[in-house]
Amino acid sequence: MTSLIHARGLVKRFDGFTAVAGIDVDVQAGEAFGFLGPNGAGKSSTMRMIGCVSPPTEGTLEILGLDPRRDGPAIRARLGVCPQTDNLDPELTVRENLTTYARFFGIPRRTARARADELLEFVQLTERADARVEPLSGGMKRRVTIARALVNEPDIVLLDEPTTGLDPQARHLVWERLFRLKKQGVTLVLTTHYMDEAEQLCDRLVVMDGGRIAAEGSPRDLIERYSTREVVELRFATEDQSAYADKLDGIAERVEVLPDRVLLYTDDGDAALAEAQGRALAPASALVRRSSLEDVFLHLTGRTLVD
Amino acid sequence: MVLTAMLPRLLTPGSARRSASVTARNITALKPAYWLVMLGGFLEPVLYLFSIGVGVGALIGDITLPGGQVVDYAVFVAPAMLAASAMSGALSETTFNFFGKMKYWRLYEGVLATPVRPVEIAMGELTWAMMRGNVYSAAFLAIMVAMGLTTPLRALAAFPATILVGFAFGALGMAVSTTLRGWQDFDVINVGQFALFLFSGTFVPATAYPVVLRWLVEVTPLYRAVDLIRGVTTGTAGAGQAVDVVYLLALLAAGLAITGRRMERQLCR
Repeated sequence: MTSLIHARGLVKRFDGFTAVAGIDVDVQAGEAFGFLGPNGAGKSSTMRMIGCVSPPTEGTLEILGLDPRRDGPAIRARLGVCPQTDNLDPELTVRENLTTYARFFGIPRRTARARADELLEFVQLTERADARVEPLSGGMKRRVTIARALVNEPDIVLLDEPTTGLDPQARHLVWERLFRLKKQGVTLVLTTHYMDEAEQLCDRLVVMDGGRIAAEGSPRDLIERYSTREVVELRFATEDQSAYADKLDGIAERVEVLPDRVLLYTDDGDAALAEAQGRALAPASALVRRSSLEDVFLHLTGRTLVD
Repeated sequence: MVLTAMLPRLLTPGSARRSASVTARNITALKPAYWLVMLGGFLEPVLYLFSIGVGVGALIGDITLPGGQVVDYAVFVAPAMLAASAMSGALSETTFNFFGKMKYWRLYEGVLATPVRPVEIAMGELTWAMMRGNVYSAAFLAIMVAMGLTTPLRALAAFPATILVGFAFGALGMAVSTTLRGWQDFDVINVGQFALFLFSGTFVPATAYPVVLRWLVEVTPLYRAVDLIRGVTTGTAGAGQAVDVVYLLALLAAGLAITGRRMERQLCR
């Protein structure tokens, strides 16, 4: 089977700054594929290249079997794009935003109108169809933007941080709608730095850091490969948690000391906790939890703040 | 003429349809309040025509055209006001509004995610600007005929000339807009536009200036526009007007090509 998106050695440079430093990506039809990474990892630059609005500096990129350098308009005709910041048309109503956008794809007026109504139903905004875009909440605007991205019945939907800045209710509604799209067989490509989002939606993902791919696999694969099954979080009633690091030596596969707590990476959290308590270490609080993609992410990309 | 040769290469099958969808967006966005904006744009040249053409004209009396014909001062000023109104109609849409849509609302980022290309956005916006400018021009020509400042037949012939003037200034306006850094730069455009308005053979024939200044005036686009329209409404059009047409067509082609290129460089990085 040929991949819908095929990249080899893909590079994007801006005036000497390298945003994407040679990545290989393949996305199959019907897959939900995620780009994870901290800010500045090169996710959005990659998405813009896939969206055919930013020419690659180097490397091979094929989308739907076409070359973005030559066939940009033909590829874009089959993509749905939901950008990081909503760029809805403030002079138009919600419905007009969809119908006008449909016209850019050459969709006939009547079809556009029918599809707009259908999509507003899908994102639960039928009652706001004739409202202006501006007074809508962030969550509503996001849903309009997602509906707009679907107006051309795209083969691939690109979502750049689809739920950043939304409240929990709005996030769950967006996830649920994206999940439905996935069920319908639409290929989703998204970027996110929410680990729960990636675990919820992605069949497969890559972790990007500094313009490169640090790891690739399904959420489960990555947790197995880069973390342990469970994590024990210990908080000691002291200023300096690192004083306990030596005393915990050997209890877990890996011990990580943070300013406010100590993490024990282990396959059996309860046993590790029991052993710590056996060594007469009395943490102020202890929590045994399953390892998450967040542990993988922090392990691979570090805990230092990147802006 | 390199740019004129480049333009066809920028346009592909479907360009016309895609540009039309950009124009259609503006028609959809048309709201009742817009008519007020349009009224202002229409009234401005009319007020100038009455205050200067008719008012000051009463003191000046007759004026001699370059071809030797002697006409009433209002007959001399009216076509210049028409050209200036075609210019300002086109510029108001393609500078302030175009800049706002591109840099402030980021409207075109959404459009460029569809098959529509930068140069097609430019053409669509230009066509829209023309629709607005043409309403001004038609109304102003009707007033000129009513006041006996030109004949109905000449007014009819002048209409396509005003369309060309509008297209050329619209394309120029968009090209300039792509170079602006922020709203403060609009002051520069306003000053430039006003200087053109005062010194393009509008109120005084260019022949009244010293040679160097006159030469400078004659290469400005509004001078060319005034010369073209005045030639038509006074029935004195000749070879000079052919030069005007070529000049304005070149301005249109260059403006569009530059706009398309610069938009591509700024929005498709």
